[in-house]
Amino acid sequence: MKRRMESYGKMVQLLFMNPVFFIGISLLLVFIMTSMVLILTGAPPFSVYKQIFLGSLSTGSKFGHVIKAWIPLTLCAIGLLYTFRINLWNIGVEGQMIIGAVFCTFIIRLFPNSPYPIMILFLAFFSSMMGGALWALLAGFLKTKGGVNEIFAGLGLNFVAQGLILWLIFGPWKRPGVASMSGTEIIPKGLWLSLIERTAIPPAGLILTFLALFVTYLLLKYTKIGLGLKAIGLNPKASLLFGLKPSLYMLLAMVFGGGLAGFAGCIQVTGVYHRLIPSISSNYGYLALLVVMLSNYDIRLVPIVSFFFSCLNVGSIQLPMVLHIDSSLSGVIQGSLVLTFLALHALHRRLSTPKEIQPS
Amino acid sequence: MNDFSAMMILSSIIAAACPIIFAAIGETITEKSGVINLSLDGTILLSAMTAFVISYSTGSVFLGFFMASLVGGFVALIVVFFSIYLRVSQVAVGFVLTLTCRDLAYFIGNPYSRLLGPQVQPLPIPFLSDLPFIGTAFFSHNVVVYVCYIFFFFSWFYIEKTPMGHILKAVGEHPHAAYSRGIHPHRIQLIYGFVGGVFVGIAGASYSLFMKAGWGRPQGCEGIGWIALALVIFGGWNISRVVIGCYLFSFLQVMGIFFQQWFPTFPSPVFQVAPFPLMIFSLVIIHVSQNDKIREWSKDKNVILFFLNRFSHSAPAHLGKRFHV
Amino acid sequence: MIEIIDIHKHYGHVKANNGISMTIKDGSIHAILGENGAGKSTLMKILSGYIHQNSGLIKINDQIVDFSSTSVAATFGIGMLYQDPMDFPQLSVIDNFMIGQAKGIFIKKRTFLNRFYHLSQSLGFSLEPDCLVKTLTVGERQQLEILRLLSLGTQVLILDEPTTGISDLQKDTLFSALTRLTRDGKSIVLVSHKLEDVETLCDTITVLRQGRVSGHMVKPFDTNKLLDLMFETRSSPPGRLVTSQGPVFFSLNQVSAKGGRVGLKNLNLKIHQHDVIGLAGLEGSGQSVFLKVSSGLLPVQSGTICLDNKNIVGKSHVYFQNSGITYLPSSRLEEGLVPGLSITQHVSLSARPKPLIVNHKKALISSRDAIDTFHIKARPDSYVETLSGGNQQRLLLSLLPLKPRLLLLENPTRGLDLSSAYFVWNHLQAFCKTDHTSILFTSSEIDEIMMVSNRILVFYDGKVVLDKKTAETTIHEIGAAIAGKSVHL
Repeated sequence: MKRRMESYGKMVQLLFMNPVFFIGISLLLVFIMTSMVLILTGAPPFSVYKQIFLGSLSTGSKFGHVIKAWIPLTLCAIGLLYTFRINLWNIGVEGQMIIGAVFCTFIIRLFPNSPYPIMILFLAFFSSMMGGALWALLAGFLKTKGGVNEIFAGLGLNFVAQGLILWLIFGPWKRPGVASMSGTEIIPKGLWLSLIERTAIPPAGLILTFLALFVTYLLLKYTKIGLGLKAIGLNPKASLLFGLKPSLYMLLAMVFGGGLAGFAGCIQVTGVYHRLIPSISSNYGYLALLVVMLSNYDIRLVPIVSFFFSCLNVGSIQLPMVLHIDSSLSGVIQGSLVLTFLALHALHRRLSTPKEIQPS
Repeated sequence: MNDFSAMMILSSIIAAACPIIFAAIGETITEKSGVINLSLDGTILLSAMTAFVISYSTGSVFLGFFMASLVGGFVALIVVFFSIYLRVSQVAVGFVLTLTCRDLAYFIGNPYSRLLGPQVQPLPIPFLSDLPFIGTAFFSHNVVVYVCYIFFFFSWFYIEKTPMGHILKAVGEHPHAAYSRGIHPHRIQLIYGFVGGVFVGIAGASYSLFMKAGWGRPQGCEGIGWIALALVIFGGWNISRVVIGCYLFSFLQVMGIFFQQWFPTFPSPVFQVAPFPLMIFSLVIIHVSQNDKIREWSKDKNVILFFLNRFSHSAPAHLGKRFHV
Repeated sequence: MIEIIDIHKHYGHVKANNGISMTIKDGSIHAILGENGAGKSTLMKILSGYIHQNSGLIKINDQIVDFSSTSVAATFGIGMLYQDPMDFPQLSVIDNFMIGQAKGIFIKKRTFLNRFYHLSQSLGFSLEPDCLVKTLTVGERQQLEILRLLSLGTQVLILDEPTTGISDLQKDTLFSALTRLTRDGKSIVLVSHKLEDVETLCDTITVLRQGRVSGHMVKPFDTNKLLDLMFETRSSPPGRLVTSQGPVFFSLNQVSAKGGRVGLKNLNLKIHQHDVIGLAGLEGSGQSVFLKVSSGLLPVQSGTICLDNKNIVGKSHVYFQNSGITYLPSSRLEEGLVPGLSITQHVSLSARPKPLIVNHKKALISSRDAIDTFHIKARPDSYVETLSGGNQQRLLLSLLPLKPRLLLLENPTRGLDLSSAYFVWNHLQAFCKTDHTSILFTSSEIDEIMMVSNRILVFYDGKVVLDKKTAETTIHEIGAAIAGKSVHL
């Protein structure tokens, strides 16, 4: 009996150790909360959930749309793993994505009628990564050399990138005759990422995202870069004694994060919109921060959480038409999930660390 | 440009700055206590929605303002609560709240989109509004704008000249020292977090009840929260400089319309981006001005030294950190 | 009169105060003397209401009081001047003076200014009320705090290490002010390590050692007896290493640096191979700045550091490390190790040169080796923050490079039990024997320094005031030098 109790206690302890457990509990709480909000606003909660499910996973084409959103979102989230590891808040993913898209469009505009579209695409991929990395590096230098908090540097650069893309769309790169929010001219069909038949999934994007996941997993776990990032993030003072240079690693993390975000921007141009539009980043940069926080900074959970978030995003598109509910419901669910998770996780941490020991 | 249009421009600058001043001073008050409330952008939208929905359903503009300020205060309290009692980073919670509040506002406010609701009515002050030039520019607005004048003077006075203001600053600078003088830093942070949030809520209400009257998606006040956060830094956590920054931004915003006429190739959002590079630049200068080598170098260069001294202010020393005995 | 009865205060397993009782009389200057970590600051924080004791009583004029906060203590007339300035550097002098005193909506600045001038005149201080506090010297900030505390109606003024980092002139001003205050019937409690200050100023001395009272004494004081009370003698030393002195390989010439409260002033030093040098002195007298400067972690303001007759000032810490100079900080978990990483990960981190791919298997084997040879009570995947202080120190030792030339160690045995300390020293001495390594270490325990080092440097106020072979000095001479006093025996 006693032994069974012990093993039971151990199981509970193991359960509490696992962030997935907290994600589950948060999901349940948020589910109840959202349902209550929905009932208060007069919408039937279960048809809402059903609609989200049907809107995202019921048919192959809908599933394709989910994957289409999953690719850039996951790419951005992977990039954030590097910066969070070294304790940097890279809030500038939006801007890095935009600049990536701009660089990609620039390359495509340079060689619109090349006989080797694959070459151009590769060049566009590469330069969009460079663009995103450069934009992130700018924030990184502002942090390490200019003493500007990375949050404000990143945020400021987001808005600058937004201004830049608007200027391009309304100015030098405007469609002949009309300049409008609908974006630049469509890029030549030869440079579109090919899609899996009857879906919106670009296989190239999918493969590269999995590659990025895999490489990042290895890099963070098995190389001195991953170990160095972690050590500096946890204790910059001691890392100095181990011969690590914090500012160098910070810049490195920004380059990785920015590069991946820039690449996501490129996928948006060549695989999704086929032109440059003002909202090319689709808010994925900010959403990716939520993904990573809810994944508890664990790369194994990132693709799953990212998939769930993409389902919510895609599934809620139909809500206004079918149920007259605003599609921002998905954002409300995502945000309150993260908030609840943060609270539960912190509560557990506070309760499990012993307080000052009283004298016997 | 003749007198009349100059007057109109000045008048619209004054009016457009009003909600930003509420938001930026609200955030300044919160940050003075050592708490950084990053959720401003979402809070403003959520309170704008609240204000519109409440005053639409009740017909009372005042009730709209009141509920909006409560919402603003409540969101700020969440940040402080997470920071003090759960020890979660203020930045993380603030950021999540930014997105959540924004979406919540769009979600709840959706049925009220593009409806015609009550607005704050203009109320020119008798006699004063008849004064040449300044009458139209300063005294032909609505009551919220007048409250804003009083508000920034009062908040400046409160922070700089009263014992309570000193306690507020003390907690943000050195909570341990404050604690050793019998002040409870957590209590102060809860109070001023809430108070700051209340003013951010008023800023939101100002948008939906007169500046960009009505509710919709987009409402028109998106991004203002980030600008207010930037202006707090630009103003160096100093009420009067923050207010100057607000008017400067408002000037840029209003002039953007004219710039657009002069340079038709530039879309107006490009001009709205201007405060952000300015913010980054001022942050770099703040950092540089505290560098020993730069100080040494500029010792006998009066102009540069003057410039550096203007920028040589710093954030509350304990901003964003947690306090425990 | 204040009675302190059987005060206990524990931090985790550390007993900072372990049953302290004493009495402070009205109108007297009472000194609390003791080494670092003797429990002085803790006791004073309890007395001023900043922290609360785990058990024990405080009586004021035979009435039991319970200080739940500093403001409660203040109402009983107790005010404390903390070692780290508890003021607001960004605010002006007069604002600092008013915070916590002024109530209501309007500040009666004139009233406070009058009170400020009146008080500072009576004590002989001259402070400009509109100056920003960050422009003041440490001594002036102290004066401001004293004025503020007196204005609050303080009857018992506690001063924690008030004479560290202030000029002689300021010290004189301070002491005459304190004497004047006792004439008004106020009591002063002076916490200090500095014998000279204490002896000239105080009427009564209570000596603390390891959280307990080791003795009381009233004027006139016997210096030697005080030193005995302060510094305990411990038995069974690990033994001094007897080796021949090697050639000079590392030297500092006229080195000055900023840091800590006193910095480092014009230091000249030559270090031979096989040297084991103990650095004695009060905490913050310049030893730790010296160690950081010598390891390339802190920049020098002037002077040169030479390794093999080559000036290496301005090189990075990594360069110093690669040249065989290794520094170990005293706060192991804050500065030396990375909480959140396992032992194996630490082993991988300290591998040199670092391969791009971390070889987990190899690291696991080396960490098993380290655990065995250094008797670390942990598993390779244990996180370092779960280890005890002794095991953390053993781990740090195991991470030292193979053939170090110079080891700079800050309190290498702090918080360790005797057997751990001996283990550490045996291991360190092995370096000297086999690799011609030199060791510089700080310690707050003179015995340890006497036991293991063959040369001793005493730091005082950022300068080396004593530099002698261990065989040619005595514990009293060192103790006196530490306390800033030269005793001739």
